Parts: sequence; C-alpha cells; structure tokens
Amino acid sequence: MTTLAATGRIPLSVSRRFLAPATLLVLGLVDILVFGKYAHHGDATFAFSQPFAKVTVPNLKVPAAETAYALGAATIVLAALRVMDLGKVVRRLSIGLALAFFVIALLCWAYGGSVNSFNVINQFQGTLADSIPLILGALAGCLCERSGVINIAIEGQLLIGAFAGAIFASAFGVLWLGLIAGSLAGGLIGLLLGVFAITYLVDQIILGVVLNVFVSGLTGYLYDKVLIPYSNTLNSPSTYLPIKIPLLGDIPIIGPVFFDSTLFLYITYVLIVAVQVGLFSTRWGLRVRAVGEHPAAADTVGISVKLTRYRNVILAGLVAGIGGAFLTIGSVGSFGKDMSSGKGYIALAAMIFGRWTPLGGVGAALLFGFTFELQSILSTVNVPVPSDFLLMVPYVATIIAVAGLVGQVRAPAADGQPYITS
Amino acid sequence: MNLELQGITKRFGSLVANDHIDLSVTPGTIHALLGENGAGKTTLMNILYGLTQPDEGTILADGKPLTIHSPKDAIAAGIGMVHQHFMLVPVFTVAENVTLGDEETRALGLLDRRRMRRKVRELSERYGLRVDPDALTGDLPVGVQQRVEILKALVRDAQVLILDEPTAVLTPGETEDLFRIMRELRASGRAIVFISHKLKEVQAIADTITILRRGRVVGERPRHTSEDELAALMVGRSVQLRVAKTAAKPGRVMLDVRDLVVPGGHEGLPGAEHTAAVNGLSFRVRAGEILGVAGVQGNGQTELCEALMGLLPVTSGSVHLNDHDITNAAPAMRLRSGIGYIPEDRQQDGLVGSFPVSENLILDTYNRPPFASGPALNLGEIRATAERRVKEFDIRTQSISAPVETLSGGNQQKVILAREVGREVRLLLASQPTRGLDVGSIEFVHRRIIEERDKGVAVVLVSSELDEIYALSDRIAVMYEGRFTGFRPPDVPVEELGLLMAGIGGIGTPGDGAADSSERTPPGDSANAGPGSLEQPDSPERTSPGAVQPDGPGPPEQAPPGATGPPEPAEPAGSTERAGSTGAAGSDGDDPTVTVGKPT
Amino acid sequence: MSDSAPAPAAPSAPAPTAADEHGRPPFGRAILDAVLEGNSVVVTILAIVTAIVLGGLLIAFTNSTVLHAWGNLFSSPGNAIAQAWDAASGAYVAIFEGAIFNPHTVAALFQQKSMSVALHDGTVSAVFNPLSETAVNATPLILAGLSVAVAFRAGLFNIGGQSQFIGGAMVATWLGFGVSLPPVIHVIVCVLGGFAGGAAMGMLVGLLKARTGAHEVIVTIMANYVMAYLLSYLLSKPSLLEKPGANGNLISPNIASDAHLPLLAGTHLRINAGFLLALACAAGVWWLMSRSTLGFEFRTVGANPNAARSAGMSVPRTWILVMLIAGGLAGLAASTVIQGTDFSLNFQSYGTYGIDAITVALLGRARPGGVVLAALLYGALHAGAPLMQASTQTPVDIVQVIQALIVMFVAAPPLIRALYRLRAARAGGTGQVLSKGWNA
Repeated sequence: MTTLAATGRIPLSVSRRFLAPATLLVLGLVDILVFGKYAHHGDATFAFSQPFAKVTVPNLKVPAAETAYALGAATIVLAALRVMDLGKVVRRLSIGLALAFFVIALLCWAYGGSVNSFNVINQFQGTLADSIPLILGALAGCLCERSGVINIAIEGQLLIGAFAGAIFASAFGVLWLGLIAGSLAGGLIGLLLGVFAITYLVDQIILGVVLNVFVSGLTGYLYDKVLIPYSNTLNSPSTYLPIKIPLLGDIPIIGPVFFDSTLFLYITYVLIVAVQVGLFSTRWGLRVRAVGEHPAAADTVGISVKLTRYRNVILAGLVAGIGGAFLTIGSVGSFGKDMSSGKGYIALAAMIFGRWTPLGGVGAALLFGFTFELQSILSTVNVPVPSDFLLMVPYVATIIAVAGLVGQVRAPAADGQPYITS
Repeated sequence: MNLELQGITKRFGSLVANDHIDLSVTPGTIHALLGENGAGKTTLMNILYGLTQPDEGTILADGKPLTIHSPKDAIAAGIGMVHQHFMLVPVFTVAENVTLGDEETRALGLLDRRRMRRKVRELSERYGLRVDPDALTGDLPVGVQQRVEILKALVRDAQVLILDEPTAVLTPGETEDLFRIMRELRASGRAIVFISHKLKEVQAIADTITILRRGRVVGERPRHTSEDELAALMVGRSVQLRVAKTAAKPGRVMLDVRDLVVPGGHEGLPGAEHTAAVNGLSFRVRAGEILGVAGVQGNGQTELCEALMGLLPVTSGSVHLNDHDITNAAPAMRLRSGIGYIPEDRQQDGLVGSFPVSENLILDTYNRPPFASGPALNLGEIRATAERRVKEFDIRTQSISAPVETLSGGNQQKVILAREVGREVRLLLASQPTRGLDVGSIEFVHRRIIEERDKGVAVVLVSSELDEIYALSDRIAVMYEGRFTGFRPPDVPVEELGLLMAGIGGIGTPGDGAADSSERTPPGDSANAGPGSLEQPDSPERTSPGAVQPDGPGPPEQAPPGATGPPEPAEPAGSTERAGSTGAAGSDGDDPTVTVGKPT
Repeated sequence: MSDSAPAPAAPSAPAPTAADEHGRPPFGRAILDAVLEGNSVVVTILAIVTAIVLGGLLIAFTNSTVLHAWGNLFSSPGNAIAQAWDAASGAYVAIFEGAIFNPHTVAALFQQKSMSVALHDGTVSAVFNPLSETAVNATPLILAGLSVAVAFRAGLFNIGGQSQFIGGAMVATWLGFGVSLPPVIHVIVCVLGGFAGGAAMGMLVGLLKARTGAHEVIVTIMANYVMAYLLSYLLSKPSLLEKPGANGNLISPNIASDAHLPLLAGTHLRINAGFLLALACAAGVWWLMSRSTLGFEFRTVGANPNAARSAGMSVPRTWILVMLIAGGLAGLAASTVIQGTDFSLNFQSYGTYGIDAITVALLGRARPGGVVLAALLYGALHAGAPLMQASTQTPVDIVQVIQALIVMFVAAPPLIRALYRLRAARAGGTGQVLSKGWNA
C-alpha cells in the first residue's frame, strides 16, 4: 500500500451512536430524580460579586428544586435532539449545555435552602488558578507530541519546576529568578527526555514514567536532606501577588476573573496564543507537525527531524517548568514533597481530551480545573457531595474520551516513534 | 547540470549494496536504472539524495565534487527525488506538502497561505500537473499524490529528478500520463533518473539504460536494446520465467463468492469509509485451478484477500468454502477449514520477525496436534517439523532458532509457503507472493504454487505483476475499483488486460477468441449485462461434483460498469504513446512469459 | 525506503567465523564477546553499577561534612575524597546491613548464654531479619513486576498496577474482615479474592482496548487515580470499608487472623507464604509464556499483532486475557501485602507498587527469572533504606533515584556501551524496546 495507509483500527460499533444521547438522558434523570427530588425547600443563592467590589452585581436567587427539575427536563430534550443527529455544532453544544445544567442543578441541590450563597466569581477565579499548571502542562504536551515525542514526563517537569522555583526565589530573594529557574529545570528534564528518546531511542512511555520517578525521588531526597534543615533560607520564597489590569480589571464579573491575577495567568494567556498560532499558522509549526506526522517526509525536504524534536521537547519542558514554578511561587510559596500530586498526568489527560490541540487542551484543562475548584468549595460548605467522585471527574472523562465515546481521538501519526536513519 | 557518480560503494554489514558504481547523468535526457529487486538501485539514489552516506566514491556536479550529507544538500544542489513510498503528510493540504521546507512566509514566520497556493497553482499549470492546492493530500488518489511529489521537486527547481519505481502504483493510463510529464520535463532541460525493473517501460521512455545487478553496473545500453539482452543483463543468465505446467484439471467448486461487499476505510482517512473497497464481487474457484486476479494496486485486491481470510468484516454477500458458509467465520476457523494464506506484506502480516524460524513455521498451527498437547506446546515436535520443512523447502538459515528477520526476503517467503502448504489446504490465497524476490526465489515460489494446484488445491493468485498472472493463471480476473471488469483466459492479449485494468472495455472485445469466450461463458449470460447483473451460480453443480464440465468450469462473469460502451478504448491517446502504456502492462504480443518483472 | 535497498539486517552467506557447525561460537569466545559487545546481562550489570555510583555521588555531595571538606579541596584533597567516600559508602553499607546481613546481630548472638536462649528471645531471628525483610519487600514487587512483564510480552504497557493493586486489596480486605471462614480456606479465599479484584480491573482495561481501541497506557494512568479516589471513598464509609470508630482516618478494620498468610520462619520474622506464592507465580508465568499455546499467542500478539491476526489469533481476546492475568497478578501483590504484613487497608496501602513494578519488569527484561532477581534487588534496597536513614541520615528517597537511574540506563544500552567503550553488539540483539506510540 502507499505510505498513507494507517494501522487497521477496530471498527466502531453502531451502538456508539446512541451512547451520547443515553449519557445525556442519564444526566437529565439525575438532575430530576436526585438533585430535584432531594433538594431542600427554599432558594439557592448565586453571588456574582466579591466583597468590597467597586461595582456590584445583585445576587441571583432561584427556587432550588424547581430549577433542578427544569434543567433536567431541558437535558432530556437535548438527549432527544441528539438522537436526531443535527450536525457537529449541535453535538458539541448539547454536551456542553448538559454539563452546565448538571452543575447548576447540583449547586441548586447543595445550596437549596442554605444561608450560604455560591460565589460564582470565586469559583471562576479558583478555576483559572487551578488550571494554570494544567494548561501549561497541556501546552507542553502539545509542543512535545506534535513533534512526535510522547511526553509523560509533564508530571516530573511540573515537580522539578516547583522545586527549583522555590529554592531560587527563596535563596536569592528574587521572584523572577525562581520563575526562570523553574522553567529551566523543566527544560532540563525535557533535554533528558530528548537525549534518551531521540538519541538513544528509549521507549518514550517507559521513559516518561521513569523520569517522573526520578524527579520525585530526587526532589524528595533533596527536600529531606537540604530543604528541611535550611528551610528558612532555601524554602521560604515570597509569592507573586495579583496584578490588576487597569480598566479591564474593573469590568464586573469578567474583570476579577480574568484580569486580576498573578503574572502567571498573563504568561499563560501569552503562551496559549503563542502555541496555538505557532503550531498552526507559522512555518515553524508546519515543520513541527510534518515531523510529528511523517518524519521521513520532513527529512526528505531538508528538515532535520532530530533537531526539530529536540527543540520542541526542550521548549515543552520550559513551558511545563513555568507551570511547576506556579505551584510554589505562584500560589503556596514553599515546596512540599510530591506537591505536583498528579497534576502532570491530568495535564496529559487534558491534552489527550483536547485531541492534541492547544486550544482543546486548554478547554479540557479549564474543565478539569473547574471540577477541582467546585470540589474544594463544596467541601467547605459541608454538603453531602462525595468529593472523591468530583476528584475522579478528569480521569473518568479522559477514559471516556479515549474510548471514543465523544468521537475519535487521534494522536499525531508518528507520535512515540523514534526516527532512525541508516 | 551534468551529474557524475564515481566509484560509489556502500556496504550494509557484509552485504555490498553498491560496488564501485559509476554513473553519468546528462541534462535533457531520461536515464533509466534497470535492475532486479535488491540490485542496489534505490540505495544508489538514496546516496545521491543524501539519505544514505556512501562508504566510498565521489559525486561530481559539472566536474566539481559535491558533498551530499543530507537531503538538504541534495536539494541545494538541484536534485529532487520522488520516492516509491510517497513522502507526503496525509493530513496536510497539497499546498502545505509541496511547499514544506520551502514555505512562503510573512513577518514572524507566519505562513502566507495565499502565496503558497499560488505557487502551487502556477507550477502545476506550467507542467500540466493538475491538482487542487487546497485538497487534503490523504484524500487524493495515488496518481495525483505522485503529481504532488513531482511538484515538490519542481518547486525547489530540481535540475535532476529521480523517480523511484514511479509506475508501480499507476494504471497504464496514469503511467502514460506520467511519461508525458517526464518528456515535458526532459524538454525543459532537466535530467531524469528513472528507476524501474520493468523492461517495457524502460524501453518506452529512457534515452540511456544503465543495468545494475547485485550492486554492480553490468552494462549501459541505448534505448533500442532488445528485451532479451536487457533481461539477460539484469538477471545474469538467459531467462525463462515460464513455469512448466500442464493444463489445469479443475474439480469441484472450492470457493464460491457471491456479491461480496467489503467496506473501505482501510486508510483511516475521512471520507474513505463511504466507498466500498470490494463492491459486489462474485466468482468461483475450482479445485485444481489457479484464478489470477490482475489489477493495479489499490483496487480492492488487498481487501478482497483480507475479507476472504476473515480479517475484514463483510458488509454483504456470501463466501462458501467447499460448500460451507464461511462468510462470517473467524480467521482461525477458516485456517482450520483449509485456507492457506500468503499475505501481501510478509513482514507485516506473515511473519513475526523476532521469532525463530521454527516458531514462524507453526504460527497458525501452534494450537493443534502435533504441535500442542493440551495447553502445552510440544517443543520436540515443533523442532522436528521445522528441521524437516527447512530441508524440504530449501530455506537458507543458520539454524531453525535464528530469528526469521535475519533471513533474506526469498527465504522468508519460503517460510510462509512452507507453513501454509505444509498442512492440509483446500484453498490457497496468495497475494503478491513474489513481490520483492529475486529470480531464483520467484521460480521456486511459482513452482510450488503450481504443485499445489496439481494436488487439487484451488488457488487465488492476486498480483499486480502481469507476467506472474500470465505465468500461473488458468483464468484471469481483472479487478478495478472493487469490481471485476472481466474474466479472461490466460492467452488474452495484454492490451485487453491493460484496458480492463483501467476500467475501460469489457466483455466481447474483438479478437478475444470468440470460441474460447463462449465456452467459458455459460449460456444465457448476456455480453452486455449491466453492472451487478450476474449469472447465478447453479446450485446443483455446486453440490454435485460429478456434474462439472470436464474442461471448462463455468465461472460467473461480471460485466464491468460501462460495459455498454464502445469495445475499443475511448481514449485517443496518440499511437506513439501506446507503446508506453501497454508496455507497462506487460508484453505486447510476444511471448508474455519472457519478461522479467517483479513489483517492488 | 524502498525494498530494493537491501535491508541492513539481511544477512548474506554466513560469515566464516569461529563458529562450529551449530552456529555457536566456542564458550570462551562467547563470554569475551558478551563482555566486549555489552550483551544484555553485562549492560544490566553496568547499568546498576552506574546508577549506584551516581547515587553515591548524590549522597556524598549533599552531605555538609563532605561539602565542607571539598571547600578545602586544595589544602587537603585526600580528606575531601575520603569524606565523600565515607558518606556514600556509609549509606550503602547501612543498606546492606538492613537488607542482607548485619554483623552486630551476630555479635549479639555470641553474647547470649546459650543457643536455646538465643533461639527463644529472637537473637537468632535478628541475624536473618534483614534477609527476611528483603524477601518481604520483594514479594509484592515480584508479583506486580510479573504483572507488568506479562502485559509487556503481549505488547501492552500496564501502568495500571496501582489500580489493580487497589482492586485486589479492596476485595481481599473485605473478604478478610467481612466474612468468616475456616482457617485455611479463609486464606485461600482472600488470595483468590485479591486475584479476582485485580483481574477485574485489568480486564476492564483490556476490554476497553479491545472494544474501542482506547490506549491502555492512558486508560491505566487514569484508572490509577480513579481507584485511589474510590478507595478513599470506600474507606470513609462505615458501611463499606471503614473501620468502626476510625473517625475519618481512612483505614479498614483488621482482617481476621485466619486470613493471614502463614509465617515461614517463626514469629520474629515477617517472611511469610506470600514469598512462596510469588515464586510459584514466577514459575507459572514462565511456563505460561514459554511452554504453553496461550503464551505463544500472547507473545505473537506482542511481537506482531498483524501476523497474529493473519495466523488466526484473536488479538482483542488476547488483550483481554493478558490484562486479566496481569491485573490478577497485581491483585495478588495486594493480597500478599494485606494478608502477609499489613493486615488492614488504608488510603495509601498501594504505595508506589504500580510504578516500582514497571522498573522491576524493565530491569528484569520482562522475563520471570529476571523479574524475581530485579524484585529482590529493589526489595533489598527498600528493606535497607530505613536503617540507612536512621544511621546515616540519608533520606530513603535515594532508593527511588537509584531505581529510576537503573531503569534509564538499562533501557538505553547504547548509552552504557558508549560510557564503557564497548563495541556494538553484532546482531543488535540487546533486547532494546522500540517505542510504538499512541497509534500502535
């Protein structure tokens, strides 16, 4: 056959067509039978401003049970629409709406009849903060995998970025040094990944896992050996403070969410645009994607496959390292053992969920960040939502995604395959 | 640019792929490199293109030494190459593929897609290489993909263009089109290196022919050299590829396929799933006969074989083996009921490279006695059988425990053959059984296939090599776009097969031998039957072997689409170029078995 | 590349070397070749040595005494080097004493009045305690390592050891405290339950891959987290796995003593029947993979799924079966932990077994014998680490670093060969795994 022949795939079953509508139906039924039925009588309050805001937006009070019922009904209508198969836009929209309805119904149930109100601004602010390492990790994954190198070491890159960020910011008392050190440390792991994967052709999945073990062990060792005894000098960095963007930051709702945050969020904005535009609209991106899809084709037109891959793997490490630095100097300050706590794997999941595209990855990272934030807010108001199940959401969602239940997810064709020339 | 290669030598381990090769390419000429598989043609061109580094030798451009360490150097030196396996990114547009590495950009490295598009359009108009710059490359037919490859070289202003086996994937018509383009490029002063193992094509298009054998240049000849001489040079001895074979003695119907539809989408590309790869095939093969399925690669032959083996699901239709319905049987079931399978890609589908020869010899019988006793493997018996088969099939290997990937292609194929016919087989599915083999192995494989036929095995031989089809088949079916465009006796003129392969023409072509045709065609079959209208195989005949006609089994014959059209080719292709087209398809009127030709 | 280029691997006529007629070089020559060419055993040993040296450097140069001595390098270079050597060797000696043999225990033995007293009060046991601890630490590593190895041979990468471990642990624990059965039966039922729990998790992965093509690596990584959260949920519900009165400590009740795996060497040593179970499983896996038709199927699917399909094997069925067995083995690892040493389940019982198993399988080159040896090595490191931390203040995490370094070097034979100036192997048969990627 020609070079274009792909590996044989297992044909999709017809029953999958009904899976999405069925899922929607289940969501709708949960809205009604669980959230609606068991909601306390009374109203659920949603707040849209923070205390002491200049411009305030009035709170929204809705009858809890009734709202849940209505949302459930709407979801069931969506399920019915979905059966009719009305094109891509409707398909995407229906899932998004159903999820949004589900969350609102859940909140109605949790806050129905309560004196507390659910602060939407806090929720979104927290979502963005939670999402920064995930977004940067997912972008790192895209950069790496689009060039054909699987990056499971995002976790390790985040962790070492957090470690280096804390030490350098603390030791020198200069925050931006921590930021740069964190990024470079991530890049260093990227370089290691490159040397072993590209030059020594080591299986990239194994390598990623092992690098994560390595970083976890190394930072854990150094933490016990060095950071604990010298914690005052080496592990007490200050943290970045929020910078409010003039004018934009004062817009109600949007301002506090998007334009009143630390430097990291703004760096993240820039990187999202840079990676998306870079990969899909520039010469560099075209070459990177060619290397990831068909390295021999790139090689035969004079593009160095190895160089391209090295460059991207290191770039990815630098980006993930920034995400790691956020974990210390962007939020809690001091470093703790294994503090990345699986965020790298969630970032990987986000990238896959987003089908190896930067924007898709960002969307998935935001979705995952949202569930974390929701979980942490709900756990404080003492509602009977099992937080463990909320924490599972990103992982279950990713399994569902790779199982093809929300459409085919396809990696770059040469992802994970070393390029060997004679 | 006058390009000269001097004393190029390349070794792979102890194997000398190129042994002090001298070659001189002149602008404005088409220079053919003719040689068998493994003669070192592609290695030489990979060296010229910077993909492989030579161990010795120099390359001169207009008398000045040229160092080529990578394709980048080659491109800079004005060398372009169209690889046998296309170097195209399926998910890129044509414009992206053509300009990759030589992109048009605006500030900050942003792609200027408009200029990329325009560049492709201009160039394709100048050389008559029509192609839509915005089409997704993976969606295009192979012939068009090849044009994209040529454009890729032209956009970099290649003065020397290397075409590596460019006709292997083309229909005769497409080949003709390619030759037209090649002539045009020659007229523009470029030098073209045309790699091929097909004598007819080389004779049709080349100005100079350099013949390679086992890594050495064995001669350089002008275009009007006789076929016999070229063949002898190429193989190193006079060639008789004719396999001694007696007339077939067809027995009962062994394989009965009706209205078989197999979905496409094998390529995993968007849109591909909507077309059926095999689209309503019906045919029967009797015990003791060889049905040759001819056709250009990619017309559904692969899918047909895989469907018959149960490796692809069937949309509709039925398959009976020896009167048992196996339409939906699992591959294991089919193997047990007596199908032997020689897959098209032996390394991909036929062998486990890292396994020893002995284990490869039991790959599909590992779980039955004598190789298994209960859940355990019977290692002694496996070894003993392997020793026996290695002797019987003359498999050259250091030992039966050597990994099969260390064997040569011919010996690997012998392993598969030994495995597949070493057990009780009723039907042998052989797909491109000699692809990439040297002449000695081809002869061996052909002889064994005939032997199987004479033992009463029904054989389906799929080959894109017409010489092979002619040498082995008792009946020839031509496949085009998932259908059979006709069944023909083995003495059908090659021109006719060529037209059938291009989907042109149909049943009842003048000169087909009316007597023969009527004998094959059961009464009641209309020569002008529409597509899909098909003689129903009569069931009594299937169930009672005694009722079989002694010399002419009645194969159901399917009319091609457009069978009502004119019997003569509708394409006024110009008589001078007919030679190229039909040459590609095989011999024109001479003894068809003389040529040596193997697909790569 | 075109086929008409001779493949580099294609041999020509056998070269006239010192080979006898069976194609085997003489024994002495074989050994020499092995060393010079760096075959897999040599590469493995060198990888371990390299990792230990690097680990030693890390220990030495994070030690304040050493750093101080190196600050005065020019005044007393000998002291600097000696200090570095002392720091590193001290840590490794402590590991050795914790894992293999501690001379102090023998000294204590001779201070006893008589052998019978020594036997009685555990001083004899103390001599063997390090070895016992190594075996105890190696037991789950052997089983989990086999789990990864079996999957690996069938072309699947099982990163889901953690999820399968949790699955097995849940079932084994629940059977351990939730049901009452006669002594011997109870042990067996719990062990089988552990296998079943892990197997179910593994099979789920296999099913997803077979039915939808979901890549097992992604699914297993995600399943690890899902199961960890599920475990902590179950441990927070008194009606499920929570110990009565645990008050949110996320711990299960103790399993019945009937369900404990029997001790092998008296009450002073923790070595138990789990170790024998692990060795038996290794033997079983060896038989399965190299002597059975099913194993032949697994290996064929692993080496070339397309050829397996053409040969009539059902690739999806194999995936499901392999993952079932792999998951079951990881579940057995959980059984040996719960029933052999811990006797209850908490939210961190799964430790790092899932990841450790990968390093064990890779170091053992996915061969059962290799897995046992690798697990014993890592088991020894784990067993010795606490003593090392206690006596030399070297954090136990160093073990993890060494473990990762070993695997990185083992996976990159060319690097090791370059490092030690070894020739490249003639036929490239160093067992190096090439990546297949997400789409494979």
